[in-house]
Amino acid sequence: MSEVLLEISHMKKAFNGQEVLKDISLSVSQGEVVSIIGPSGGGKSTLLRCATMLETMDGGSLRYLDRYAAREEDGHCVYASAQELREIGRMFGLVFQNFNLFPHYTVLKNITEPQLLSGTEGAQAEKRARDLLTDLGLSDKADAYPFQLSGGQQQRVSIARALALGPKILFFDEPTSALDPELTGEVLRVIRQLADEHMTMIIVTHEMQFAKELSDRIIFLEHGCIEAEGTPEELFSSGNARVSDFVGRFRL
Amino acid sequence: MSIGVMFRELMGGMGVTVSIFFLTLLFSLPLGLVVAFLRMSRLKPVSLITGIYISIMRGTPLMLQLIVIYFSPYYVFHVKISSSFRFVAVIIAFALNYAAYFAEIYRSGIQSVPRGQYEAAHVLGYDRRQTFARIILPQVLKRVLPPITNEVITLVKDTSLSFAIATAEMFTIAKQIAAKEASIMPLMAAGLFYYIFNLVVAWACERLEKHYSYYRI
Repeated sequence: MSEVLLEISHMKKAFNGQEVLKDISLSVSQGEVVSIIGPSGGGKSTLLRCATMLETMDGGSLRYLDRYAAREEDGHCVYASAQELREIGRMFGLVFQNFNLFPHYTVLKNITEPQLLSGTEGAQAEKRARDLLTDLGLSDKADAYPFQLSGGQQQRVSIARALALGPKILFFDEPTSALDPELTGEVLRVIRQLADEHMTMIIVTHEMQFAKELSDRIIFLEHGCIEAEGTPEELFSSGNARVSDFVGRFRL
Repeated sequence: MSIGVMFRELMGGMGVTVSIFFLTLLFSLPLGLVVAFLRMSRLKPVSLITGIYISIMRGTPLMLQLIVIYFSPYYVFHVKISSSFRFVAVIIAFALNYAAYFAEIYRSGIQSVPRGQYEAAHVLGYDRRQTFARIILPQVLKRVLPPITNEVITLVKDTSLSFAIATAEMFTIAKQIAAKEASIMPLMAAGLFYYIFNLVVAWACERLEKHYSYYRI
């Protein structure tokens, strides 16, 4: 069994008394591709935001490799020091639904500046950025500004920006939901390419067919609970009525 | 009085007008940013007091504020007011007043930057300082430029309010000549001067906006 990169246990999160995540436990190993599916409002995005420390969880623990970002102590969730969290933050990358590229920077600077701030030397950062752009078919866009790109191109740049920092895990928050249908293909192709290179990925998605083809494991999240979990075959032929109902609606 | 002499006298006042204009911007533009931060402070008393300050500055006449600041050393500290304090009082009053307006412009500019920009920067390892200086502030400057331009143009004309405490700026001088000569010509000439000044200001601001047009938000 390969190394466990991410371990979430008993994660809980409420907003204004409304429980969004109830006791979520999940572990992801090196090289795994895990998709999280389920109806809107089921807690998918909150799970991702808690795992990437954009939200603080109310209970449970969060561990990357052997380092705890948060752990449960006497019923409270205690986070590590700011310095420790910064270092843990370098282990993962996040690709947003709305790309969130920096509009005042060129594509190249979007990808190089985070590297420079993390201590990478200038020429090396630029080489890495250019190599990634070439890999993702965007080598001619290095000097463009984000507004000059299509949504699919912007999302590919944001994937390059995340990859440039060398994360061990890459999270995707509905990476194709903000795209026109004809543009989703180019982004899914990139994610598939990463899966072939054994990148560890956690993907929140509504693309059922894609999740089925690509994932090692699929998690069905509803009402803040993991309702079902398993390989695509297990899940798509699931006896769970709610899961097969949800999945069935996508089988056209 | 010949038109030449009148223009020369007005030009003398123009120096004071231009000084008020630039010194006010020099102090109020950065001060406004500080006030905006205090206004957005998570400490309730700080944001409340700043809110009251902004409300008073925007809610009372600038002319009254000028008078209050000019006479406050006498009434509050019982210090004799020297005539050189006039100009200082004008700059203090204008800087405090414009900082309040700029603060609200900055605040709306800062709040209009999407949360996702902060989140992306955070996930990419930018600390709070780097996020603000490199990611947020440049976008804020682009967003606030048009409303700032508006305020700056108003400031050119507002400098004339300093006649209320008899500062020898252009409008004060124009009024004196107009009274002495029983003619409206000096006031019209002053109006022309303000207009030309503002043409220059508008042109400069437009250049600045163009400079920032290489990207879209």
